Amino acid sequence: MTVSANRATALPQRAGLGLKPEHYETILVTRPDVGFFEVHAENYMGAGGPPHRYLEAVADLYPLSLHGVGLSIGASRDLDKEHLKRLRVLIDRYRPQSFSEHLAWSTHDTGFLNDLLPLPYTAETLARVIDHVDETQQWLGRQMLLENPSTYLLFSESTIDEVDFLAAIANRTGCGLLLDVNNVMVSAVNHRLDPIAYIDRFPVELVGEIHLAGYDETVDYVGDRLLIDAHGSAVRTDVVELYRHTLSRSGPLPTLIEWDNDVPDFATLNAEAVRADAVLTAAAVARGATRAA
Amino acid sequence: MTMGFNESQSAFAAALLDPGLPLPQGITTARGVTDPLRFAVYRNNVYVGLTTALGQRFPVTKRLVGSEFFAGMARTYAADHKPATPLIIHYGDDFPDFIAAFPPAASLAYLPDVARIEVAWTRAYHAADRLPLDVAKIAAVPPERIAEMSLVPHPSAGLVRSDFPAGTIWSAHQGEAVAPVTEWRAEAVLVVRPAMHVEIRFLPPGDAAFAACLLEGTTLGTAAQKAFAAAPDFDFGSALIGLVGLGAFSAFEAFEGKLP
Repeated sequence: MTVSANRATALPQRAGLGLKPEHYETILVTRPDVGFFEVHAENYMGAGGPPHRYLEAVADLYPLSLHGVGLSIGASRDLDKEHLKRLRVLIDRYRPQSFSEHLAWSTHDTGFLNDLLPLPYTAETLARVIDHVDETQQWLGRQMLLENPSTYLLFSESTIDEVDFLAAIANRTGCGLLLDVNNVMVSAVNHRLDPIAYIDRFPVELVGEIHLAGYDETVDYVGDRLLIDAHGSAVRTDVVELYRHTLSRSGPLPTLIEWDNDVPDFATLNAEAVRADAVLTAAAVARGATRAA
Repeated sequence: MTMGFNESQSAFAAALLDPGLPLPQGITTARGVTDPLRFAVYRNNVYVGLTTALGQRFPVTKRLVGSEFFAGMARTYAADHKPATPLIIHYGDDFPDFIAAFPPAASLAYLPDVARIEVAWTRAYHAADRLPLDVAKIAAVPPERIAEMSLVPHPSAGLVRSDFPAGTIWSAHQGEAVAPVTEWRAEAVLVVRPAMHVEIRFLPPGDAAFAACLLEGTTLGTAAQKAFAAAPDFDFGSALIGLVGLGAFSAFEAFEGKLP
């Protein structure tokens, strides 16, 4: 496997899959040729039992990406030190090749809200998120990747473009970025933006991992298309095309297929990885041809 | 005038959780519209996420009442019970108590106990791994010291005592076809994961009283008295060996914490 030295990840430039309990046995018995597996950190914060037993076995065989969904980095309130400790324990135990979290918030005074909620992009919120990323990287003793969100609404107080906001965080904290191409499509359609232009402005040299997923579609109050980041289906064709365009800028990058709801059988899920691997291979070949010319 | 970050996030969270509140100030769209449907996506995500998590933790409870009733009951619970931490695997520990006090479910008196078995099952599943106490170690204790001993519960061990056949009902709903419940009586089940598989074992009344005391940390002597009071035919030796053999304990403590 080839890994660029300057990338914010040690994952291979291959397609990876979310590790689901219903696939544990199949993976360990058939040992499919998958680039890496990714887990939601919070699902492995129990004290013991089969989840840890299976994760240890899978992590012995494949590179591992640890993806947090509960740190609430985009919250106004302080980060939860207990949660940072839980993450540190997991990282020390499993030594994942990548750790990532979201530009979003999920915890407030009322408790954990179990969703990735949007925040306005202002000088004040930028300073807060920079502090939180700094603190996270210090606690975990490693670089993290920060993921661009999918959003359904905007804030009138926002003064900073999302790509500039993410780039500023990465520049100030040294974190890498996780580019969720499906999120780009969802947010671009929802906010009447050009997804290609978003990708073309994105600092792809800071990207350590790509996410792909399937969206659902509905309409908003005035009848405009509204895409929902559903993670319950195959990656849509327009997202695959946007992914192809992304790789033409970035070169091959570790790419995760996210399919978290209505999880299909392993063969169906793996077919998504095979499709992404083909796009990765084509991107690597094109890059080689460009270099040779 | 604009609100500070913390203030605006508080307002967003409040409106998210209470559909009776107006939409938070400052949310907009590319067309400059304040769109209730877009905000509703977030409201819906919060509840769908929490009720889905409950459905996954309480599959038999859900099957017993049907998806629609369960969704309504779970949503009512989620409205007042947010997870205290991002550890959704532990969400719903007090859902059985909520069900017991939920008037629309009152006709299903056994439902809270079935849900308690499901709580015990998932707790056992995620509990710390530990080798169970070896029966041979109990056998090596001088008989005259046995009554002074207490046992350390295995991290996975839980006991559900029900006035209803909650264990039989739970077991009957593990497969595709539902086995009929032929005998309507009180039941006690021990839920334990001595190794990688969660096991559910039915205990006779004396053994259940005995196990309840031991899991609370009483001495074997005290537990035996309670067990005899509950069931005159209680057999101390077979109950002790049986519970230890099931993996309900991970160690024992002799009187004053010293081995004889």
